[in-house]
Amino acid sequence: MAYTYFPGCSMHGFARHCQDSVYAVFSALGLELRELEGWNCCGATTYISIDENQALTLAARNLALAERAGLELVAPCNACFMVLKKTQDYLARYGELRDKILPALSKVGLHYEGKVAIRHPLEILMRDVGVKALKEKVKRPLTGWKIAPYYGCLLTRPYPLEGGFTLDGFDAFIPALGATLVDFELKDRCCGGSLTGTIEEVGERLVYIILEQAKRAHADALVTVCPLCQLNLEAHQSKIIRRYGEDVRVPVPYFTQLIGLALGIPEKLLGMKRLLVPIPRELSEGVRVTQAA
Amino acid sequence: MNPTFQPRVKYQKELKRDLVAEIRATPGGEKVLSCLQCGTCGGACPMSPYMDETPRQLIGMVREGFKQEAIESFSIWLCASCYECTVRCPAGIHVTDVMYALKRIAIREGIYPKRFPVPVLAKEFMDMVKGTGRTNEFWLVIKLLLKTAPLKMLTSWPLGLRLWMRGRLRLTSSGKPAGAELRQMLESVGERN
Repeated sequence: MAYTYFPGCSMHGFARHCQDSVYAVFSALGLELRELEGWNCCGATTYISIDENQALTLAARNLALAERAGLELVAPCNACFMVLKKTQDYLARYGELRDKILPALSKVGLHYEGKVAIRHPLEILMRDVGVKALKEKVKRPLTGWKIAPYYGCLLTRPYPLEGGFTLDGFDAFIPALGATLVDFELKDRCCGGSLTGTIEEVGERLVYIILEQAKRAHADALVTVCPLCQLNLEAHQSKIIRRYGEDVRVPVPYFTQLIGLALGIPEKLLGMKRLLVPIPRELSEGVRVTQAA
Repeated sequence: MNPTFQPRVKYQKELKRDLVAEIRATPGGEKVLSCLQCGTCGGACPMSPYMDETPRQLIGMVREGFKQEAIESFSIWLCASCYECTVRCPAGIHVTDVMYALKRIAIREGIYPKRFPVPVLAKEFMDMVKGTGRTNEFWLVIKLLLKTAPLKMLTSWPLGLRLWMRGRLRLTSSGKPAGAELRQMLESVGERN
């Protein structure tokens, strides 16, 4: 099975470890990713604060390119994923948007019908691959790891998961890797997004709330599915520890890094060393011991 | 000291009805007049503890024509677009889209403190996308700091260094995806250029 891959700006920048691990895990599962040629920024949640039509046009160009490529479109960043879905939805529902944006596309020789399926890699693992098949591929179970799942906002809002799936159902990928699932009620609470860089005190407060809860639940790792959540939750830990005087340090790997470890993919291909808060040695060594046994 | 009370009564000629018209013309904001004022949006909002007016109050202000008060509110800049309000609103109002619309109006009319980071970031982001078609977080942060709080560079560099040492800072754009093509498209749909 092959998919068109929409990296988004983060995956080519500060989240290259996330991208490396997505490629490694997809390849190990026999899934091919082909990067969308000529893709542009989706507009994120920022461009729309200045101009809505232009913001939707940015996303629409990517959708038109993806439609031409003919495969389902995979976006591993929750913001890109949501923005592409929202653009598809709004173009279907609002004639006045279609009347503005479709002519702009045809001006540059692009055509859009609204057919492309927009997917998140976690959703592909849960729906297309399935927990059972994933479990069968595990070579080094993450025995003894207590993992809290954190999905962020935009994977399920404003558009719910397709196929009747829920986030609680998605949690099943953690026990499938041999790890212990930590019940984590803040799994879809906002990490603050870009506020950590603009209105810092509030952004950091939102990060703190999530880290503190993970710590209180004795999680060894807080697993993320969005490069922006991933960066937010790990990059500000030292500052938050200083400001709040509380040890909230917890590793925040991207989900395909953990899946990759369990599948026996070498750490180097998963960008484990690129994490700002490393996975403690005793955990990663536990993985190796299991393999030797 | 005695408090001063300021009654917020406005008479018809002072109200700005164009605001509610603009919000209703925004995709997602059509149903703003059906707001029940139930407060579910503010209850669900993770930012409301830090807001001066909750989303419910902002919608009330929009409906009643309190334009200046609405776009001068700090609350609109706190919206992180998490869509909690939008999925929970019993009246089907896409509150997040209403918040975006209020930000757009405030930016268009220049109603924000000089060097205030949220609109500065939005403008830098837009310029970068118009230039290369993609954003580069490193330069975006540098530009944001230069235009809002250059002194913060003194405290931000350690994080930059840690990212750099782990190969997570890219100094150049990852490609020039039809920049001219993109600009041509954006110009033809722009509400404002």
